[in-house]
Amino acid sequence: MKDVHLISLSVNGNEHELVVESRRTLADMLRHDLGYTGTHLGCEHGICGACTILLDDQPVRACLVFGVQADGCEVRTVEGLADGDQLSDLQQAFSDRHGLQCGFCTPGFLMLAEAYLSEADSSADPESVREAMASNLCRCTGYQGIVEAVCDVARSRHPAGST
Amino acid sequence: MTRFAVKATLRATNAPTGPLGRTGARMAREAKLDGHGTWIGASVPRKEDGRMLRGSGRFVDDVERYGALHAAFVRSPYGSATVNSIDVAAATGIPGVHHVLTAADLDNPYLLAVLERDEFVPTTMPLLAESEVRHAAEPVAVVLAEDPYAAEDGAEAVEIDFTPRQAVTDLDTAPTGPNVHSGLADNCLVDLTMFDDDRLDGVLADAPLTVEAEFSSARLAALPMEGRGCLAEWDDRDGQVVLHASTQVPHQLRSGIAQALGLPESTVRVIAPDVGGGFGLKCVVGREEVVIAAAAARLRRPVKWVEDRQENLTASFHGHEQHYAVRAAFDTTGRLLGLAADIRCDVGAYSAFPFTCAVEPLMAATELPGAYKVPAYRARGRAIATNKPPTAPYRGVSRPQIVLVMERLMEKAAAALDLDPLEVRRRNLISEGEFPYTGASGITYDEGSYRESLDLAEKTVTEAGWYSERDELRAAGIPAGIGFSCFSERTAYGTPIMAQRRMGMTPGYDTAHVRMDPTGEVIVTTGTCGHGQGHETTFAQIVATRLGVHPDQVRLRQGDTDLAAYGWGTFGSRSIVIGGTSARRAADDVAAQLRRIAAHLLEVDESDVRLMHGAATVRGVPGASLEIAELARTAYFRAHTLPEGSEHGLEARGSADPPGTFSNACHTVLVTADPGTGAVRVRRYLVVEDCGVVINPLVVDGQVRGGVTQGIAAALYERIRYDGDGQPNSATLMDYLAPTASEICPIQITHLETPCPYTEDGAKGMGEGGTIGAPAAVLNAVNDALAHTGVAMDHIPVRPEDVLSSLSRPLATVGGT
Amino acid sequence: MKPAAFTYHRAHDVREAVELLTELGDEAKILAGGQSLAPMMNFRLARPSALVDITRVPGLDYLRHDADGLRIGALTTHRAVETAGVPDGFRVLPRAARWVGHYPIRCRGTFGGSIAHGDPTSEWCLLAVLLEAGIVLRGPRGRREVPATEFFHGFFATAAEPDEMIVEIRFPGAAPRAALTEFAQRQGDFAVVAAAVSLTIEDGVCSAARLVLGGVDPQPAVVDADQALVGRSANETTWRAAGELAAESIDPPSDGHGSGAYRKRLAATLVSRAFTEAATS
Ligand SMILES: Cc1cc2nc3c(=O)[nH]c(=O)nc-3n(C[C@H](O)[C@H](O)[C@H](O)COP(=O)(O)OP(=O)(O)OC[C@H]3O[C@@H](n4cnc5c(N)ncnc54)[C@H](O)[C@@H]3O)c2cc1C
Ligand code: FES
Ligand code: FES
Repeated sequence: MKDVHLISLSVNGNEHELVVESRRTLADMLRHDLGYTGTHLGCEHGICGACTILLDDQPVRACLVFGVQADGCEVRTVEGLADGDQLSDLQQAFSDRHGLQCGFCTPGFLMLAEAYLSEADSSADPESVREAMASNLCRCTGYQGIVEAVCDVARSRHPAGST
Repeated sequence: MTRFAVKATLRATNAPTGPLGRTGARMAREAKLDGHGTWIGASVPRKEDGRMLRGSGRFVDDVERYGALHAAFVRSPYGSATVNSIDVAAATGIPGVHHVLTAADLDNPYLLAVLERDEFVPTTMPLLAESEVRHAAEPVAVVLAEDPYAAEDGAEAVEIDFTPRQAVTDLDTAPTGPNVHSGLADNCLVDLTMFDDDRLDGVLADAPLTVEAEFSSARLAALPMEGRGCLAEWDDRDGQVVLHASTQVPHQLRSGIAQALGLPESTVRVIAPDVGGGFGLKCVVGREEVVIAAAAARLRRPVKWVEDRQENLTASFHGHEQHYAVRAAFDTTGRLLGLAADIRCDVGAYSAFPFTCAVEPLMAATELPGAYKVPAYRARGRAIATNKPPTAPYRGVSRPQIVLVMERLMEKAAAALDLDPLEVRRRNLISEGEFPYTGASGITYDEGSYRESLDLAEKTVTEAGWYSERDELRAAGIPAGIGFSCFSERTAYGTPIMAQRRMGMTPGYDTAHVRMDPTGEVIVTTGTCGHGQGHETTFAQIVATRLGVHPDQVRLRQGDTDLAAYGWGTFGSRSIVIGGTSARRAADDVAAQLRRIAAHLLEVDESDVRLMHGAATVRGVPGASLEIAELARTAYFRAHTLPEGSEHGLEARGSADPPGTFSNACHTVLVTADPGTGAVRVRRYLVVEDCGVVINPLVVDGQVRGGVTQGIAAALYERIRYDGDGQPNSATLMDYLAPTASEICPIQITHLETPCPYTEDGAKGMGEGGTIGAPAAVLNAVNDALAHTGVAMDHIPVRPEDVLSSLSRPLATVGGT
Repeated sequence: MKPAAFTYHRAHDVREAVELLTELGDEAKILAGGQSLAPMMNFRLARPSALVDITRVPGLDYLRHDADGLRIGALTTHRAVETAGVPDGFRVLPRAARWVGHYPIRCRGTFGGSIAHGDPTSEWCLLAVLLEAGIVLRGPRGRREVPATEFFHGFFATAAEPDEMIVEIRFPGAAPRAALTEFAQRQGDFAVVAAAVSLTIEDGVCSAARLVLGGVDPQPAVVDADQALVGRSANETTWRAAGELAAESIDPPSDGHGSGAYRKRLAATLVSRAFTEAATS
């Protein structure tokens, strides 16, 4: 018998209720049970960060959390960033700076960057941004566009704190 | 203000409602609307970005089918073994498992890649192993279950009785080891001696300086962030098996499936949705893809397989594991007189379809001289079989290695002759006035800026103070070095060049189809298959320029074998040159149709009609103009108003098959080594590159930076390791060290533009140059940093351990980098 | 890379967690941040029959300073330690936190989880041994405290019984001069070799020192380098000599990340650097 649980959670403000097998990862649950396919899987062992989402505002690897653990939680995924067709400042900066090519790593980087930018001490210093962005892997861009995009947004969101 | 700009402004006003609003406004600002209406050379924001940024890209695992079964492959735990028996009983009893298929269940299908050469030994690659396994992780059976979890449960429960055998795992012991395929002499799959020049032995014997050296590079994984994967389903209406696959080469995949399963090609449709990177890994046909197609066709039920990272690192394709033994003759001024190379490539157990295992040795032997003039040349290239996964043409294909060989030779000769290594390069580089240059291996090089790029790179880094920075670092006790690499990169191999390889299937040409619809919007269909290179944008720039419309009005359809004519996909830096030229030719044809309609309606001469900014205007008649959309409407809906005999519709097909064109570049890098740990850090990086006319600088710079990053990875970080039993030791991303943002520094790029003579737009290919030039530049820089130790490093990756032992300093030192 | 099946149980307090562990038997495991357990389960290298999720157990997320020293609740995340204000004598903890994986890993992984996992290069395991912390366990037989120096028994093996849960890690004494440094080729990776040191300097002379190495043994390795340190003046020469001595006294294994010989040399460098940092902290 499968060990299953009835859970409820909110994803980007949408309420969901579903039955999930214990072993199903949060990433698989979001993608295949709830249809949030923007969260990608690139390694399933915590290194690549393609699956990064916000779980109760914390950046986490959705491949290392079980879906059942998200019961009662608030999840934010890449699908929740834009306002309709209007890209967020961060998304727009990624496009302007060519911070994506194949786009597979992009959702993970966007959520990582969202978390980084929401920290009180997030800085627009390229070295700090590079260090934070080093949490995830991108095989296409060489990271430069990603780092520049996050620096741009750090500057515009925290004009006082930027150097 | 032109009408066109008005349109763009309107879009901007509507920005909040339309997805293209902001884009349109910015384009109008950025495009080179210099009166010629050209979009070539503009940093047009990528059309692909919106959906990727919103998370609505559609990768293969995002495609869902009701009732799909999920596949897990049962793979060999041994590097080499006999398969005695397979017992699937326990596995079929696992909850959720529906089927377990073995080779016998599928009638023992295989892929066969051939080269029509006597020096090549063809070997079949079974889709599922039958009586033997030849590398660890080779697929032996496939379990189909209701979800991937249950499929893995089932895969664990399949019982296979193996008798392990001794594995062959390296180039040196392969010739005397057990045969990877029965009867395969010396485990050699290809042995070619090329361009044998009678004079060479004399040149080498008599030269004032002969440099002898050996070079090696480790096995690598291409590592696209999305692994391979596919979803196959039987379409009863169309009588087809439809395969969504993460591939660079949909038509080749279709051919592979059709050949392996004995099907007419028309009963197979391959669709590449969004593809999360390929880098050559996805330009060959995987066994798994064909198995999934076969299973879906048999079971009449959708079947999905998504490769996981462990499979990607151990069971897909690798590349770049090579060894070179080289002798080079120089005169006293540093001029290269002759070159002999013995090249061995560890190609693993099989020949990948359709390129075969000869890709690496052939490429290496043919193109070793690179950007340099080599008067007398000989190369022996061998593909050696080992009990490791087969190889695919990973980004760069042998050129990272051959550039490394040539660049190290220049340094070694300069050191031996006490000359400036950059001067030695200048004396040997093919230079202005010598193009088109035909080299010792029969290759003809179109015009490039080989010397100019080196001169500019040297000037740039000197003025930017790299040399003084290096010297200051050294004075502070930190080993620091600067390295250069000069190279040319043949791109866009057409059929005449590909034919020299003598493959069973010769790729090369490509086609495009352009159709304008009745509202004046354009659909371009190509046989190329971009997967991150921004083709939707750059093809739109090319076509929009020809048709006088906005790139937003041009949509690219690619990656569908039922939509496009047979095309060869995207690899080998071919797409913009071959696909782009095809699209341009088709667009020119449609433009001519539009001009004819306009000429008729405006009652002017066709040759006076110009298409620009969304309208047809007439030279010398300021008031006469018609919107292009109006012409399109007329073509479709008021065809009766056109002269008798006019074509119907607005569409055309174009194709191109260029001989190949050479991009070139000079890379310069400043590195430091931590004297206490041996860790090398790349601190500054400059690329001066020439890919002809740049269609979209944003995209080109992105390709260069991504490529350089993979080259730095090859030089310092990445290595697929196998132990003596053929067990993989790099099965996770904790062991395979793909660099993060922290290991990579900003990469500065300067462009030179020597137009390509074979393409109307003057563009050359440029997808691989970054990866090709970086290892040599980094290795030279490391050697410069270690110059004081007298140690020469001729292998990649250079590990911290190698650096630390060559620094041979007292154990503990202060200060890091 | 999908985990094998297990049953999932959520504990709401420590007592319930221990009861569940007892009831579910030896194949049951605690699930904390999942940053070590989940990857191992995805590879099917770990296949617990049941997981007891303690992430919702209240009151285990704290850094508290009192007469008994600094107490860290088992569910305190690495990130909380990194950003915590701690008394001067314990600054080595937040400083070392930046070496623990990446930012999202630090936001989810827990202090107790690292100690329970017992990776021989884990920063927290090294510091627990260095600073002679006590590991506070709760089990069906009650509460006990095991000295960190006796807690780690080799690769992923610890003194905790399968039905025991770590509730707190207690750092009894301040160590004003302490440092941890390490080397990995790529940022965020587990260390190839890590060195944690503490130091007492009186009148410019080193009067006491402690040194723990990671990545050279199946558990954190306490190395005695007193001979090179105690009674010597606190300067670079001394730190370097300590590094040399440490390197000589270990016999580390070889793997793809570095040979034993290389690890010895790394140890020499890192020990010397750690002492330099500790002396100036
Ligand atoms: C990419 C990546 C990089 C990393 N880099 C580092 C690094 O550099 N240094 C480092 O130290 N770690 C690193 N980690 C591991 C990380 O620190 C983990 O968070 C930590 O090892 C385990 O903590 P956890 O809370 O996630 O525990 P879990 O993964 O949930 O559990 C780990 C083990 O401890 C047991 N356990 C957990 N909590 C308790 C408890 N309170 N009582 C008893 N048993 C318990 C579990 O049953 C399990 O066996 C890395 C992880 C990843 C994915
Ligand atoms: S998929 Fe989760 S970190 Fe790679
Ligand atoms: S854009 Fe392709 S992996 Fe980052």
